[in-house]
Amino acid sequence: MTVSFCGIELEHPIINASGTFDALAAHRAFGDELLERFPFAAFVSKTVTVAPRQGNPPPRLWEVAGGLINSIGLPNKGLSGYLEHDLPFLADLPVPLIVNVMGFSRDEVAELVEAFGDRPEVSALELNVSCPNVETGLIMGADPAETARLVNRVRPLTGKPLIVKLTPNASNPPSVATAAQDAGADAVSLINTVRGMALDPRTGAPWLGGVTGGTSGPAVRAIALAQVHSVAQAVEIPIVGMGGVQSGRDALDLMRAGASLVAVGTESFRDPAAGLRVTSELSELLANTAV
Amino acid sequence: MTRTTAPFGRRAAPVTAREEHGAYVVIRCRDAEGPSPAPGQFYMLTASERWGGGQGERPFLPRAFSVLRAHAGELQFLIEVVGPGTNRLCELHSGDELLLVGPLGNGFAPPREGRAPLLVGGGVGIAPLAIWQDALGSEATTALLGFRDEAHAHGASLLTNPTVATDDGSVGHHGLVTALLEDELDDRADEVEVYACGPPPMLEAVRAMCTDHQVPAQLALESGMACGFGACFGCVVPTQDGYVRLCVDGPVLEASKLESALVAGAGH
Repeated sequence: MTVSFCGIELEHPIINASGTFDALAAHRAFGDELLERFPFAAFVSKTVTVAPRQGNPPPRLWEVAGGLINSIGLPNKGLSGYLEHDLPFLADLPVPLIVNVMGFSRDEVAELVEAFGDRPEVSALELNVSCPNVETGLIMGADPAETARLVNRVRPLTGKPLIVKLTPNASNPPSVATAAQDAGADAVSLINTVRGMALDPRTGAPWLGGVTGGTSGPAVRAIALAQVHSVAQAVEIPIVGMGGVQSGRDALDLMRAGASLVAVGTESFRDPAAGLRVTSELSELLANTAV
Repeated sequence: MTRTTAPFGRRAAPVTAREEHGAYVVIRCRDAEGPSPAPGQFYMLTASERWGGGQGERPFLPRAFSVLRAHAGELQFLIEVVGPGTNRLCELHSGDELLLVGPLGNGFAPPREGRAPLLVGGGVGIAPLAIWQDALGSEATTALLGFRDEAHAHGASLLTNPTVATDDGSVGHHGLVTALLEDELDDRADEVEVYACGPPPMLEAVRAMCTDHQVPAQLALESGMACGFGACFGCVVPTQDGYVRLCVDGPVLEASKLESALVAGAGH
């Protein structure tokens, strides 16, 4: 099932969704068996921002039918903390490393892309564009022109593959994907979480510390399939498909809709080794199916 | 803090027995290939079948439980029905199957030199204190346990020689377990180290009391948790070092690190 993605050779098409697997913490919990049976063909790290972030106040989770809503708020050690504490470990993982970055302005994203742009440990960069540009107030990835300005700005800063992670909370994801492609993105990944909300049944007030959050899990799988399908009609560049993948069948569906790689996210919360299971199920399906 | 590393991934554990202890259920399961947990560690549990389809089409995520006892390849978990996940787990009988991940998190650390362990438990939070009392030596380890009523006080039989308090006075001391703790700390604050697990208001009272008496305390906390191994960042609690993930930096935390044990969203 080897696959070439933006020039990166991968053993199979199953990777993780950013922010759903912390390889350092998992290594503390599971020891070296994690590295011996690493569940993904490439590792996408949690979003890195320029400054360290504590993240949103708890509570941060709410379980829904077939999924959950999270309001985590991108806690991370910041760029220098990541370079010092996380990157040395992640560089030694048995698979290529994709670093996910997010900035609150184009300058910040540029700073991050530049910082990783020549690092030999990093195989590709993923841009999290699901956040507001503090200068314009627009969600960068919700607007094609804003997305194009961002990608145009950072494209010259690195020769590494640039993946733009699309938000489903946009009126027209295919037009955002097209804008990213035309500005020089090498791939798009989708979907990010779908905006959702829960109320405290006892008080009627918002349950999550961040008020609203992102919905994930099989509850959003049909949305993901439709968005991957529509983006695949619009762009030529490869697509990383994700959203509620629990099985090899789900992964195959996204590939049939146009994805080159498939990411497992929330299912890893239920089973840390879900990536291994999805990969073996997909392998079996592909062996028995003409795709 | 002590930690046993978990096998990577989720494994099947056949349920061998279901026992009722008043308002609580103890589920025993066979985990022949799993390692022995350190007292205070926890597991993420899922029923192999019909996980989902309960109230609100839940549960979806696994549920975190401190291990009650572990012996010769058998694990025991103490469960009280509070929602669709615990409801499903309490339905399990011998012949059914659990899926588990664990042991996870940091367990209790031995008491500081010159101090004797003093266990303080509330409700279903007595679970990690049972395995810890076994490890420390049951006869010699004082345990103070609080329950809301007689049905819940049946849980006291899971520890050795506990002193019991109930909210309604139906069993033992009439009042809160923290009143029993106050008496102990008035007598021998210099001689004990407190180990506590229970509902957030109880843990917060224990934390404040131990701070006042300058007694070291290790608190086993609970928080809403999706994964149990540091992936989701959902289970954070505020500490003097900022937010920490209870699943990988806890669930046992030094009371002195906490500003408050009133964890937002816990007990849901």
